[in-house]
Amino acid sequence: METVTLTMKNQPDLYLEADNITPDAFAGKKVEEIADLHVYVGREQHRLGEFFEVSGRAGATPETTKIVINGDLSRVKYIGMKMTGGEIVVNSDLDMYVGAWMQGGRITVNGNVDSFAGTGMKGGELIINGNAGNYLGAAYRGDWRGMSGGKIIVSGNAGSDIGTFMTGGEIIIGGDVDVHVATHAEGGRIVIKGNAKSRLGGQMVEGEIYVFGTIDLMMPGFAYRQDVDIDMDGIKGRFALYEGDLGERHRKRKGQTIYGKIYQLIEA
Amino acid sequence: MSRTVTDVICPFCGTLCDDIEVVVSDDGRKLHEVYNACAIGAEKFLHSQAKDRITRPRMRQDDGSWKEITYDEAIDYTARILVNAKKPLMYGWSSTNCEAQAIGSEIGEVVGAVVDNTATVCHGTSLIAVQDIGIPSCTLGEVKNRADRILFWGCNPAHAHPRHMSRYSIFPRGFFTGKGHTARKVIVVDPRPTDTANVADIHLQVEQGRDYELFDAFRVAFKGEQLPDFVAGIPKEKIYEAAEMLKSGRFVIIFFGMGVTQSLGKNHNIDAAIAVTRDLNEYTKAAIMPMRGHYNVTGSGQVWGWLFGFPYAVDLSRGFARYNPGETTANDLLRRDEVDAVLVIASDPGAHFPFSSVRKIYELPSVAIDPHETPTTEVCKVHVPVAFVGVEVGGCAYRMDNVPIETRKVVEPPDGMMTDEEFLRRVLERIKELQGV
Repeated sequence: METVTLTMKNQPDLYLEADNITPDAFAGKKVEEIADLHVYVGREQHRLGEFFEVSGRAGATPETTKIVINGDLSRVKYIGMKMTGGEIVVNSDLDMYVGAWMQGGRITVNGNVDSFAGTGMKGGELIINGNAGNYLGAAYRGDWRGMSGGKIIVSGNAGSDIGTFMTGGEIIIGGDVDVHVATHAEGGRIVIKGNAKSRLGGQMVEGEIYVFGTIDLMMPGFAYRQDVDIDMDGIKGRFALYEGDLGERHRKRKGQTIYGKIYQLIEA
Repeated sequence: MSRTVTDVICPFCGTLCDDIEVVVSDDGRKLHEVYNACAIGAEKFLHSQAKDRITRPRMRQDDGSWKEITYDEAIDYTARILVNAKKPLMYGWSSTNCEAQAIGSEIGEVVGAVVDNTATVCHGTSLIAVQDIGIPSCTLGEVKNRADRILFWGCNPAHAHPRHMSRYSIFPRGFFTGKGHTARKVIVVDPRPTDTANVADIHLQVEQGRDYELFDAFRVAFKGEQLPDFVAGIPKEKIYEAAEMLKSGRFVIIFFGMGVTQSLGKNHNIDAAIAVTRDLNEYTKAAIMPMRGHYNVTGSGQVWGWLFGFPYAVDLSRGFARYNPGETTANDLLRRDEVDAVLVIASDPGAHFPFSSVRKIYELPSVAIDPHETPTTEVCKVHVPVAFVGVEVGGCAYRMDNVPIETRKVVEPPDGMMTDEEFLRRVLERIKELQGV
């Protein structure tokens, strides 16, 4: 795998929209060609090279291209947007839309990210060694098909509206989360290793939420069913199973109604 | 001598009452009296006659004082700050006509601005929910003529839309509602005992910020599933009773306001409210309607809807329309330093935005276009007074149920005053000159 290193040298006046920072856009290009790619500040179009020092070498394909980014990127949006393969490592905090609509490959952020990370994600891995903002792995506005595949791992806390309209894939939060988890979800799995507040699984059709800590308030549409023992993929212990949202529509499979499921840890 | 103008449209709230009578002088230069309007609407008409009204643009000087400037100078200043900015914010639009909104949209496209209206701190969250799951709605005429179950959730029309209850929702006798309020059942959901709650058959005093849970409980109750003993501080028996009252009606209408759109959950609350409406249609006919505030905030959403495909928070900076509340909404842009110039028109963010956002308006190049002296004009660099739409100039406005109503001119503006539309048209011409296109 070949590596391209970007180092931020100039900060934008406003925010930088850098949807070209992906292995897909970099693959097969020389350093000068990469520096010539477009970025935007407001309505103005600039060269990537005006803001970043570019060095190293890109692979022939996205899969063989790794991008390492250093410097302060807290005002940079859209890194890794729609990427299909390869790898990005960011050693900084990031603004919005990291890994949005990502289809493959891996992004590692060694810092915090703002909202809309992994929006409409289809595949690949998004690893955030820090905290995430709101709308992590959620659907884009108005879309009823949210995250459908891939994996998001956040070591810290996450904000509200995680996994809205999720249909597949997995989100793992190491810390606590804010309100509205898996709203409208029709599949997928969310694991919360810390505490949750309220409105878990509101209007949920299908899917699974695991909570290791406390839940401030359970939705009235979720009913306790039974205690279950689980031991799989790092989820181990005795859990209380709740099913819902009872107010929402649900499919039937082999005569059985399929509900969304919330598992809350009783003892490890 | 004086004459009476009848069937005047009131340009205050989204109810857009169309039965106002106004007494004006024979030459049409003075407005004497207003009949039929509520206290707020009457005041809006009468304020056009204020003796201390500002009739010429003014620019803030370094020592904080105002200096009168010409409209030409104001046009040049406005055009220049928009042309020089990388990402200007053009905010407001809700108290002007659709014609001005359309020209403003063209300016936004030409300079690559973010255009946002007052829905951003009001019913914008409702629009997100509508986009997520659709909306079964109706007109206020249908409410008057058919509705026999009225649910007010998180709104207080007795104070905010004073004639709404008498013209459309609770009291009027309509085609199929000849008995007026005696044949209607009213439910109010509000954490406070409001004047609207006083006329309700059932007042559900929901715990603050637990509306989403209560909506969900209604849906569970409709399906006959079991509820916990208390939801949002309300005993389950009362929820079952209210659910049954709604199901037994011939036509249910749910009106909702900022108590749900701007409390915890925001768009999710409305999402759940629409789901409640959808569920009710399994048993009877039901519709839902937002209680829009400004008289033409709905029109602003309509104009951008047909021009850009999105009703508010439209980012045109990259040459195509993008929309994502949370990023492209006025407060987020201001708070995060994402914009570098601000044009405010026909609204008052100075009074309604958080202080952190207002401070940013103060720090940036800024213009306020408003007939009144407001907290916003106090923080902007230039204030452009204009004629009152619906009083001194006509134009199209959309009622809260998306019905377009042509407002009327009843009195002449003070000599030499421009309208929103004229001012923006001249700004657009000046921008094109500066850009050399």
